[in-house]
Amino acid sequence: MSRPELVAPPEIYYGDVEAKKYTNNSRIQQIQADMTYRALELLNLPPDEPAFLLDIGCGSGLSGEILDEEGHLWAGLDIAPSMLEVALEREVEGDLFLQDIGQGIGFRPGSFDGAISIRRFDNTLRRSISVLQWLLNAETSHPTSSPPHRLTRFFTTLHAALKNPSRAVLQFYPTSDDQIQLITSIAQKAGFGGGIVVDYPNSKKARKVFLCLFVGGGGGAQQV
Amino acid sequence: MVRLITHNLLACHAKGCTSNNFPLQFQDVSIELRDADFNADFLRGFLPRLEWPALVGAARQLGDTSLPAEQPDMIDDEFLQKLHHVLLEIHVEEGAMVCPNCKHVYPISNGIPNMLLAEHEIG
Ligand SMILES: [Zn+2]
Repeated sequence: MSRPELVAPPEIYYGDVEAKKYTNNSRIQQIQADMTYRALELLNLPPDEPAFLLDIGCGSGLSGEILDEEGHLWAGLDIAPSMLEVALEREVEGDLFLQDIGQGIGFRPGSFDGAISIRRFDNTLRRSISVLQWLLNAETSHPTSSPPHRLTRFFTTLHAALKNPSRAVLQFYPTSDDQIQLITSIAQKAGFGGGIVVDYPNSKKARKVFLCLFVGGGGGAQQV
Repeated sequence: MVRLITHNLLACHAKGCTSNNFPLQFQDVSIELRDADFNADFLRGFLPRLEWPALVGAARQLGDTSLPAEQPDMIDDEFLQKLHHVLLEIHVEEGAMVCPNCKHVYPISNGIPNMLLAEHEIG
């Protein structure tokens, strides 16, 4: 079975039916919630302070709901209008934007206390998809659409939009060491420190990979 | 929903548009008011991040004149309540945001701004 990011760009892939199916599946909601809690842990925010966070690839707002519960405010970006429609129907608290992060994002310097990006599961193909994988997907021959260009614009503008110090935690599913190398080297050029965090490295099923990026020292008290 | 909290952070990201690209100007907007939970700690923490004149200008564009032109030195509860309303309870549902520099129009439909750029606008 092919990975969905190789099948079509997300704005084509997520039809209305798909988006609703995804959001109403309780197992998916649980996994999404667990990953969001873990991402929050890795963000290492100052304790008991409400933060203003960016959810990259917010989808229907499943992660956003956790951010609400934890007392944070957030803005969410997604390229799939049908997912954002579901988020509206569910009356999430965050501000939503239709955006292709491969084009770069337009926020003033230091706008956010942190950023998260959690995979979305695809119901039909039964595979999870992350924002970083979408960035690696070059769907046209135009030079501005090459994966390195898209990654560079994303990381450069994300770095600028984050407070110093702070962190961005992006969960993804790398397919090769070369892919990790490409992503981390472009993130470094954009000014980020940090690296890859792997949970349950020895379990094929439970294994989770997070790109944990630091602006400045990364903030917080303890190391990851 | 576009609320003024995020509008105050948004700048145009079209290719080459790096100066005078903030704040985006509202055009033909319709708004809705919705109650939000008041959180004084959050507001105090967020205050230094705001571009005050841009916030006051945007609020006036949306018909709210409750904020003073200059950010007050004394941050009391009455002021925080006003700030709370302006930042978090005014929702722009329809209309557009226009870049003051390159004039790119970011349409807002059903509360969601479309930030997508055309191929020639991508940096
Ligand atoms: Zn512009």
